[in-house]
Amino acid sequence: MNNPVTSIKLVLLGEAAVGKSSIVLRFVSNDFAENKEPTIGAAFLTQRVNIDDHTVKFEIWDTAGQERFASLAPMYYRNAQAALVVYDVTKPQSFIKARHWVKELHEQASKDIVIALIGNKVDILDDDPNERKVAKEEAEKLAQEENLLFFETSAKTALNINEVFLKIGENIPLKNANDGNGDGINVTDNQRVNLAASADATANASACSC
Amino acid sequence: MAEEELDTQYDVIVLGTGITECILSGLLSVDGKKVLHIDKQDHYGGESASVTLSQLYEKFKQNPITQEEREGKFGKDRDWNVDLIPKFLMANGELTNILIHTDVTRYVDFKQVSGSYVFKQGKIYKVPANEVEAISSPLMGIFEKRRMKKFLEWISSYNEDEVSTHQGLDLDNNTMDEVYYKFGLGNSTKEFIGHAMALWTNDDYLQQPARPSFERILLYCQSVARYGKSPYLYPMYGLGELPQGFARLSAIYGGTYMLDTPINEVLYKEDGKFDGVKTKLGTFNAPIVIADPTYFPNKCKSTGQKVIRAICILDHPVPGTSNADSLQIIIPQSQVDRKNDIYIAIVSDAHNVCSKGHYLAIISTIIETDKPHLEIEPAFKLLGNIEEKFMGIAELFEPKEDGSKDNVFLSRSYDASSHFETMTDDVKDIYFRVTGHPLVLKKRQDEEQQEQE
Repeated sequence: MNNPVTSIKLVLLGEAAVGKSSIVLRFVSNDFAENKEPTIGAAFLTQRVNIDDHTVKFEIWDTAGQERFASLAPMYYRNAQAALVVYDVTKPQSFIKARHWVKELHEQASKDIVIALIGNKVDILDDDPNERKVAKEEAEKLAQEENLLFFETSAKTALNINEVFLKIGENIPLKNANDGNGDGINVTDNQRVNLAASADATANASACSC
Repeated sequence: MAEEELDTQYDVIVLGTGITECILSGLLSVDGKKVLHIDKQDHYGGESASVTLSQLYEKFKQNPITQEEREGKFGKDRDWNVDLIPKFLMANGELTNILIHTDVTRYVDFKQVSGSYVFKQGKIYKVPANEVEAISSPLMGIFEKRRMKKFLEWISSYNEDEVSTHQGLDLDNNTMDEVYYKFGLGNSTKEFIGHAMALWTNDDYLQQPARPSFERILLYCQSVARYGKSPYLYPMYGLGELPQGFARLSAIYGGTYMLDTPINEVLYKEDGKFDGVKTKLGTFNAPIVIADPTYFPNKCKSTGQKVIRAICILDHPVPGTSNADSLQIIIPQSQVDRKNDIYIAIVSDAHNVCSKGHYLAIISTIIETDKPHLEIEPAFKLLGNIEEKFMGIAELFEPKEDGSKDNVFLSRSYDASSHFETMTDDVKDIYFRVTGHPLVLKKRQDEEQQEQE
């Protein structure tokens, strides 16, 4: 696989329990866990996707719960090239929160960030269509006004999950993305250093000759 | 699931999101402790934050300029991340070590600092970073260079277990001055080694045992050897990324974060031990609290030292530095008739800390007179035209007690040194007092990286 690789930092936003981590788990591992515990200890997943003759490597950042008390660090938005704003189609409150996150992203994130609005848990509607509390049209309208990609998904049945990431990959201007070297550190700039890579190389004082 | 469903019992409460507190919060969460981390301010970093230009004006100036005027001169506010405390990372220092072992390197990118410069007789000179630079450096004469080489060979080959490598010197009994004497080094070389390499801020070390100086020089040499240009690293977007990175580590391991949450009351048990805090979000309990000095002013005392820091915005590189995008300048005390060195830390738009074409220079020193702004005049002179200046004086505090009586464990104020080594000493010391065992850095489990090839 010698395709050029583009690394994309993708951040997840949305109210608690709308299925942010489940979407990622489905995308990364093609897996789903019922009654998943709130996310602990796993907040930086990666997944590669081939688009035409190009490989896109998603670096997916979870909020790690820091959004709960207005404590999301600016670092979270820093250099994010894509964002998933997730709501639960059965919870109107989560859609209000989604509007808030879209606004926040326009203020805090880089101008050309690609944002996808995601209405998750549509599998619930298969059993009982009356469970829907956020109209598809309403979300489509928001997406159009704010220039967002829009999907309704189910992490449980895998509906539209891969499609979300493929669409984002297609919409990222490749020249603006980092040239990935496999670990997300830009090597075109010779002053940047990869701390982790040299951790094992023992520095030798005798090399100092000042 | 209710969003406000909130635990009130924790293992540790941490107050303040300075880098010391954030590292401890991260380490304790990784250890499996349940941590609640609160800051009274609405942003991360406490005293060690990086702030925007508008925040900087608000903090330092009584009559801030209008937004229009500010943006006309300096561009967009969001392009600015100005450090309140100037420091660099030693490439081979303990903070680097902690960053690597905790994998916080995933969240922060680093750049080498282009050079370290030292002030001598009215001019600045680059501290040589390799043999070629050393040979051509005007800092020393040819014979002195040979003696210096012998001294550095002794440093690099010194082996505790092999007496033959000690060359008759005893690091715990010989003073550093005696070591210099043994190698026949002159005053100007002593000054260079002690201040530009060992990074002592005054000359007290000369009469003290040589071991700490030896270790500092070794650290300097190993740090230069690591990446080549200087011993220093600097994070993209400013030092404020470091507390944020460790806070993220803590959150990933279950730490709960509350910014913009002042402490209304600290609660103690009958035996005088810490019990909890009252805030607008409710009362939270834990047997232990870790905090910066601003949360417990009555439990801190002054170290007797005050530091002046002057943040200067420039629209040009510092003269005589080959347009370096980042550097340190050390003005040794004896060069300007002082007891303490003056430091200047310079970074620029190359680090995403200011808008294009700008440079940030932060001057700092321990104050010695009642006219501190005059004390740093020699530093201003080296910078050329200064577009804007923000000056502040900070008193340095330390805890009165070690926390064993009341379970209140307090960090020290960030000192005047140019790097983070004293800060990481404080982290390790607090960690030991809180947990009862020394900090052992283990490589973090790679469970996050579930990459599918």
